[in-house]
Amino acid sequence: MNTIVNLLLKRLGISLVTLLLVSAVVFLITNLLPGDPVQEMLGQAATPEVVEALRAKLGLNQPAYIRYMSWLGSLLSGDPGVSLANNMPVAELVSDRLPRSLMLAGITTLVAVPFALFVGILAASYSDTRVDHFISTIVMFVVAVPEFLVATIAVLIFSVHLGWLSAVSYAPQDPSLQEFIATYALPVMTLSLVLVGQMSRMTRAALIEQMQQPYIEMAILKGASHSRLVLRHALPNAVGPIANAVALSLSYLMGGVVIVEVIFNYPGIASLMVDSVTNRDFPLLQACAMLFCTGYLILVFMADICAILSNPKLRN
Amino acid sequence: MSDLIRVENLRIVARGDDDQEKTIVKHIEFSIPRGEVLALIGESGSGKTTIALALMGYARKGCHIDEGSIFLGDTDLMSLSQTDLRSLRGRRISYVAQSAASSFNPSMKIMNQILESTQIHYSMSRKAAEAKAVDLFRVLALPNPETIGSRYPHQVSGGQLQRLMAAMAMITDPELIIFDEPTTALDVTTQIDVLRAFKQVVQERGITAVYVSHDLAVVAQMADQVVVLNNGEICEMGTTAQILNAPSDDYTKQLMAAARPGLAGVAETNDNDESLLSVKGLAAGYGKIGRDGRPAIPILQDINLSIKRSSTLGVIGESGSGKSTLARAIAGLLPTSAGIVKLADEVLPNRMELRSRDQLKRVQIVFQNADTALNPAHSVGRILARPLAFYHGMTKDASDKRVRELLDLVHLPPSIADQPCARLSGGQKQRVNLARALAAEPDLILCDEVTSALDTVVAAAILDLLKELQRELGVSFMFISHDITTLRAVCDQIIVLYAGQKVEEGSRKNFAAPPFHPYTNLLINSVPELEQGWLERKKPIHHTIAANADGQQLCGFLDRCSMRIEGKCDKQSPPWVALSQGSEVSCHLSGEELKRLQQHSSQTPILESSSLNSEGA
Amino acid sequence: MKSLYRYLGITGLAGLALALFWVLVSFVGPLIAPYGPGEIVNYDVFLPMSWEHPLGTDYLGRSVLSRVMDGARFTVGLAFAAALLASLLGTGLGLFSAVSGKALDESISRVMDALLSIPNKIFALVMIAALGSSIPILLLITAITYTPGVFRIARSLAVNINQMDYIQVARARGEGRLYLASVEVLPNMIHPMLTDFGLRFVYVVLLLSSLSFLGLGVQPPNADLGSLVRENMSGLWEGAPAIMAPAAAIISLTIGVNLFIDSLRSSR
Repeated sequence: MNTIVNLLLKRLGISLVTLLLVSAVVFLITNLLPGDPVQEMLGQAATPEVVEALRAKLGLNQPAYIRYMSWLGSLLSGDPGVSLANNMPVAELVSDRLPRSLMLAGITTLVAVPFALFVGILAASYSDTRVDHFISTIVMFVVAVPEFLVATIAVLIFSVHLGWLSAVSYAPQDPSLQEFIATYALPVMTLSLVLVGQMSRMTRAALIEQMQQPYIEMAILKGASHSRLVLRHALPNAVGPIANAVALSLSYLMGGVVIVEVIFNYPGIASLMVDSVTNRDFPLLQACAMLFCTGYLILVFMADICAILSNPKLRN
Repeated sequence: MSDLIRVENLRIVARGDDDQEKTIVKHIEFSIPRGEVLALIGESGSGKTTIALALMGYARKGCHIDEGSIFLGDTDLMSLSQTDLRSLRGRRISYVAQSAASSFNPSMKIMNQILESTQIHYSMSRKAAEAKAVDLFRVLALPNPETIGSRYPHQVSGGQLQRLMAAMAMITDPELIIFDEPTTALDVTTQIDVLRAFKQVVQERGITAVYVSHDLAVVAQMADQVVVLNNGEICEMGTTAQILNAPSDDYTKQLMAAARPGLAGVAETNDNDESLLSVKGLAAGYGKIGRDGRPAIPILQDINLSIKRSSTLGVIGESGSGKSTLARAIAGLLPTSAGIVKLADEVLPNRMELRSRDQLKRVQIVFQNADTALNPAHSVGRILARPLAFYHGMTKDASDKRVRELLDLVHLPPSIADQPCARLSGGQKQRVNLARALAAEPDLILCDEVTSALDTVVAAAILDLLKELQRELGVSFMFISHDITTLRAVCDQIIVLYAGQKVEEGSRKNFAAPPFHPYTNLLINSVPELEQGWLERKKPIHHTIAANADGQQLCGFLDRCSMRIEGKCDKQSPPWVALSQGSEVSCHLSGEELKRLQQHSSQTPILESSSLNSEGA
Repeated sequence: MKSLYRYLGITGLAGLALALFWVLVSFVGPLIAPYGPGEIVNYDVFLPMSWEHPLGTDYLGRSVLSRVMDGARFTVGLAFAAALLASLLGTGLGLFSAVSGKALDESISRVMDALLSIPNKIFALVMIAALGSSIPILLLITAITYTPGVFRIARSLAVNINQMDYIQVARARGEGRLYLASVEVLPNMIHPMLTDFGLRFVYVVLLLSSLSFLGLGVQPPNADLGSLVRENMSGLWEGAPAIMAPAAAIISLTIGVNLFIDSLRSSR
């Protein structure tokens, strides 16, 4: 038990160090901006004294590492400054939008993961048969299409031709079930499609790798049936790699949600971030970026936990 | 019908990637009477495992049984459906695989896997099955029979796993058990215990068995009937006594000869007394060097040896003895933590990075696994040309000529120079390895288990080649192996390593008869002889599992030694004792005492040519 | 030709054909396009397919065929260059890291891990916010986004090869690091890295077209296939070829390359 705890703590430590490095990278990039943001904000007519005064007020006249430390501090304390474009505290904007993005991600996960696992396991247990080839081909097609095209085609089919769903989703305050589905159907479907594609592919690969191990042949020679081989022998050993695949695929959500929120006008964190890029609203941008990276690292850490816990060599 | 198994005209084919059909085995016919053991013997690629698996109606991916019938009692397996075959496997016929470590599911407890056949075939209640399993553990001489089942496979040693696999095969009381090279992956001292356990249980219960192996000596102990296979066809078939004493087929005779490598070609005395390599007090290991000068994971302690010009020193040890580490330490691949290595009076720096190109040239190393020792992206000619350019600065024409000369030295055709390495056979690859070492024109070649991965016949050819090279070029060898028979055929001097320490040193003749160091005694007595009944005659040498030698001053063999003196061996470090016939051992017992004790435990002295007493099955 | 078919299979061959088609278009497209990409050819917008305008007109009345050919130039060209840059950088760094001492290897890997921990789109967005969206910057951004991924694979391959005995033999000979990396290790990495290059190409196409779709990628007056989808969005309701054509172009390009890569993998 001790070894497991030690391993987990070590992994946690590495993740935290990585997060720190990531924050440094984000800070570095956003300070590469050529030109002077303060000058830009005030325009050409401002006098040097005014520019200097604003710069001092915003703390931009201090050396880089001090600014980095204070930014880090403000992040951790929960108040990452004021949005330049909206003139509102970043924390307020984020806390308004974050739950919605989480909701979208959560529903997508609930829909996509079971389906992906089912498809992946099915394809692996019938590997090299026509069922498998058929599934693999469809998956490959799905993964090759960018999400904005998936969304566009989905809108084309479901909104334009079938008229079932509206293309723009607005989330009313207390939605009925019908309104709820209408709001979330298209975004979730779009996100899930590519997610299922990636996840099922990795699940299939992990399971097939186990099926090629010698202990499977031994089980065959004991008279085990095919389902016994897959479910009782291969699957328990593939849990680690599969959990890894699930976590990595979910981290794709971090990027995919950007497109989906924009296309469907969904009021979440990702669309907030895209706006901040267009507006060059750096405090907001930095905060959103750090949120996404933290989410990604949490997922990777959970994947590591699954891998460690499922390794029989660590059990006592 | 007293034959349990009858195979008629069996033919198995494989379908390759290019959709071509290739015959793996054909014209296979044999029968096994109830209660007898039949051995399938042949080298790799002979088809023995394919036939063994076919006896369960199973063919590996890409292969299928094309023709023939396999009768289990009155049933023809070829007429059964997949479902029927599945109900037969694990119940009427069981299989014991070659590698126990990979045949067990790593995340399932051992007991659950052993009982799985009873669950699949609903043959008995869990409680009854567990009790039966524990009983089988006892019969197979496994430690802690009540609790060993609750462990995971990685918590149990190789020899124990092999016996557990036998228990797994026997739990349903099958009519036929197939043993597929079950002891090949084990140390020779572990193998003998496993063989004994198998034989006892097979004889006691009157089990019919098929034993697959490439080792004639092992087969001689286990089988009543022998089928010799070569290239997918039967060369010869008969009772064990008949095959051993009067083989009629040429291939069988070749196998017999290779199993007993002779001494032809090795000079009786070596006139050259000049010392080439001298190693004093060498210590090496892995990990950081601590304050006491010892590495975190010490492997070798206080090794002294010397090699003369044009002679061969053999180093024998089992897994964990440190013999491969020794080769790497001398080559400089692994930095030593103590000791001096001298090559003809020149002290060699302890790490490779500090050695001059000339020093590196004079000591070459050849590895065991020929596949990974040759870069698959390069052709043979390119591999040989590099050391020529690197050490001798040869230009293209001179280099091409020399490459042809080198290939000729190792008896390979010059056309092979343009071939990529992947297409060569194991024996050919090893020859290229040797040629590469020779290209540097070294004084000393370190051979790290170079024949261990090769088939016996191919290995015998390589050994002959080594002897020839020594005669013609005067190069010295350090030959590392775990097989005492091979060493006795090739080496002038032999040292024995155990747990990182040298325990015995002597000339080839000294290893013919006792006295030996107690470990050497165990080693020599564990090698099966090419005669039936040897296994029964050997009295088991009881020992407990050796612990890590952390008190290096004491004898490393302490925990396993059956001859140890309480009060002396566990308190004082053993002195070096010169034995009467010229060898030296590190032991508290005197030469006479060792001789007396060891001649008791082995009734047949090991002679150069063994006399054959066939005492029947 | 026959051996190519046997090596790749029918799907692989189809994929190769598709991929080569688009490469060809990106090279000769602008030369054989009937009209210039900015030329207004008809005052009727969103015209359907006709003999005069094979892919119809876009939202401003320009020839969709010409715009798609021009857009392919950006998509294929940028993606190819970016993938090449990422592969070269990543492989070089990965090799270097694998044969260097432990400290150097550790520090490079840590930095790469940190970069990998930033989701690709997020990273690209942050970079664009700081540096803008000019063509050279886009090239740089997409290349840097995928370099850590290539690095990780290259390093892992190199480390595995390093354990092989033939590397030990070369070291024991006294060979230097540069020789080991370039002559002994690299040739054994080429095949898997080529496959990876193909994958990276597809990833860059997807990323770039997504960015352009958001309006943050290729900027007007230039347009890549993603921008074309974006600007003709209002034609979706009519199913105009102005939006279907670039969409089909992107899909056929990525699927083609994917099919080709898959057939390479399974034949090995």
